[in-house]
Amino acid sequence: MSVLEIRDLHVSVGEGDDAKEILRGVDLTVRSGETHAIMGPNGSGKSTLAYSIAGHPKYTVTGGTVTLDGEDVLAMTVDERARAGLFLAMQYPVEVPGVSVSNFLRTAATAIKGEAPKLRTWVKDVKAEMELLEMDSAFAERNVNEGFSGGEKKRHEILQMRLLKPAIAILDETDSGLDVDALRIVSEGVNRTREEGEIGVLLITHYTRILRYIKPDFVHVFVAGKVVAEGGAELADQLENEGYAAYVKDSNELAAAEGARA
Amino acid sequence: MTDSTTGTTDLTTQPATLASELFAPGVGAQAGPPTTPASDTGSAGNASPGAHSHGGPTPTGSPPERLTSTDPDVFGAPTGREETWRFTPMKRIRPLLDGAASDARLTWTTDLPEGVELSRVDAGDPLIKGLPEPVDRLAALTRQRAGGADVVRVAKEAQLDRPVTLALAGTGGDDVVWGQLVIDVGAFAKATVVLDHTGPAKYSGGVTVLAGDGAQVTLVSVQDWAPGSVHGGQYDAVVGRDATYKQVVVTLGGDLVRLVSNVQYSGTGGRADLFGVYFSDQTQHQEHRLWVDHAVPNCTSNVLYKGALQGEGARTVWIGDVRIRPAATGTETYELNRNLVLTDGARADSVPNLEIETGEIVSAGHASATGRFDDEQLFYLCSRGIDAETARRLVVRGFFADVVQNIGIDALQDRLMGTIETRLGAAFSDPDPASSIQPVEVA
Ligand SMILES: Nc1ncnc2c1ncn2[C@@H]1O[C@H](COP(=O)(O)OP(=O)(O)O)[C@@H](O)[C@H]1O
Ligand SMILES: [Mg+2]
Repeated sequence: MSVLEIRDLHVSVGEGDDAKEILRGVDLTVRSGETHAIMGPNGSGKSTLAYSIAGHPKYTVTGGTVTLDGEDVLAMTVDERARAGLFLAMQYPVEVPGVSVSNFLRTAATAIKGEAPKLRTWVKDVKAEMELLEMDSAFAERNVNEGFSGGEKKRHEILQMRLLKPAIAILDETDSGLDVDALRIVSEGVNRTREEGEIGVLLITHYTRILRYIKPDFVHVFVAGKVVAEGGAELADQLENEGYAAYVKDSNELAAAEGARA
Repeated sequence: MTDSTTGTTDLTTQPATLASELFAPGVGAQAGPPTTPASDTGSAGNASPGAHSHGGPTPTGSPPERLTSTDPDVFGAPTGREETWRFTPMKRIRPLLDGAASDARLTWTTDLPEGVELSRVDAGDPLIKGLPEPVDRLAALTRQRAGGADVVRVAKEAQLDRPVTLALAGTGGDDVVWGQLVIDVGAFAKATVVLDHTGPAKYSGGVTVLAGDGAQVTLVSVQDWAPGSVHGGQYDAVVGRDATYKQVVVTLGGDLVRLVSNVQYSGTGGRADLFGVYFSDQTQHQEHRLWVDHAVPNCTSNVLYKGALQGEGARTVWIGDVRIRPAATGTETYELNRNLVLTDGARADSVPNLEIETGEIVSAGHASATGRFDDEQLFYLCSRGIDAETARRLVVRGFFADVVQNIGIDALQDRLMGTIETRLGAAFSDPDPASSIQPVEVA
């Protein structure tokens, strides 16, 4: 059992006069076995939340806490967070020229497990997972994300999640830019993980489309840097029909009101 | 970050993705336009961590025509202000420039496959007379004092079953070793020649590769000198009709290495790929100057040099001149230099220069980027549990492997990557990398 707790999280980007508060008091708890969908319009701070949990140096936490099983995540380095059981499937995976996928995966698995995985079973596992994600075996010898199509990058992210077996996985718009086939393949990868074990999933998305494949237990509406509404899967259906308009309007008024008070 | 491209025609092209592959935005990339007077170069380092950039175009300074001669006095004695010498620490190259004629030789250990013949010709030999001429005083002195040449001949149509290896070891004497090597590869032959320089030396050596029509020639030159060594050299390639020439220069050791690589095409349809890797530690000066002269139609050139610098006073210079003359229609050329500055106090100069005198070319482009690690790459690797030190090592190893794998000889590639990794280890695990490698004087 793992639990990721985010309390009153405030995060800004930029420095000095350019500093801009993006997250304005986020509260969220994700437990093993739960799938939470975070839905919000573009620019609402969804990726900021994901990156802040993962520890991207661009984002500055100005208030609040993030803990994993009571441990202070914010005090950990980026790699320590991953080894503690957090995983972020990125919206825009990074190209790393000259580093092969196979070398990368094995190095990562060694770091996470604390010892090199046995070569025989490892190769078998990687192959099997790649087949399930319908990735050509030639992928292993390509450089990390270099020249990958959008869909290939997202499959590669899910492949890593499958192999590294995190306690909590944050999937940042893994559905964006995927055609229907790729969306199905990627979703099946996520669902396999949910069925097999106790993973907690924070599924960040702009659209409801992926929620037809991955059924969330909880839906959080994210607007202007905070959660403005919460509910079950039915909330997603409501968003599908009505969009974010109602929330955006409210939050603008909210932000204006808060700005006036400050 | 963007690379501006300028040229005498608007046919210059550059992939926009190029610089962003490795370097974070704002770490200073520049591409040098031609024909502007010298005042500044694309240099980086000694800058605040993580950043270097400078406004405006990068001028070249290279003259449209180069003076060439076999007579050293035609060039005069360099002062260090000349375009060709202005990046070179004159004090440290003086031992070569002022060196007396000598009989000193490097120790040769050779592996000559069937179809290869090693011989010596004297200065009066017609072969010597026909070689491309020296382009600076040091090269002219070298041609003169070498008193002839060692000649590696690969018979026409020979397909060698393994590389020709010339292991050239310095013995640490006081005298300058003067050498001239000619690699003469017959028509349609296929050969790889490895020059493996090791040991302590003061060495000035000319190398000329004559690639016959349709020949496929690879020249690998490894500068794995002992600390304190000084090495100067002019490398020329004459690429025959439909021939391909690949040169891989790997400069790791020595105190000062200054190599000038020139390419000319003697027939149409030739191709030259010039690859280079260099790694400069504290106080090492590594200078690579390229000159690709497109004077006949339908030839291709491709240049990729990558370097890393670490430690106080580490210094690299890369000059990439490509000239497309009016007759060289159908030319395709691209050159790229990337430098990775690993620590403060290091400086990389990078000056690409493209001169295009005909509009009827296929493509021409050049780019240069100098910077620190890309934080996004580090973050990505670390977010998978990989510690920062290992992540850095992966990124830099990848940076070099990209070029080294062009050698095509596994054992040599492994050895070179091993050397590079050892030195990276020194950079990343030693809190004071400058102290880890101390140059020693050659006795
Ligand atoms: N480095 C940055 N500098 C300034 N603003 C930024 C930076 N990164 C993100 N932002 C801003 O923060 C807001 C939230 O961005 P993001 O978290 O990417 O939103 P989402 O993922 O919901 O689309 C946006 O207004 C964006 O412009
Ligand atoms: Mg986003």
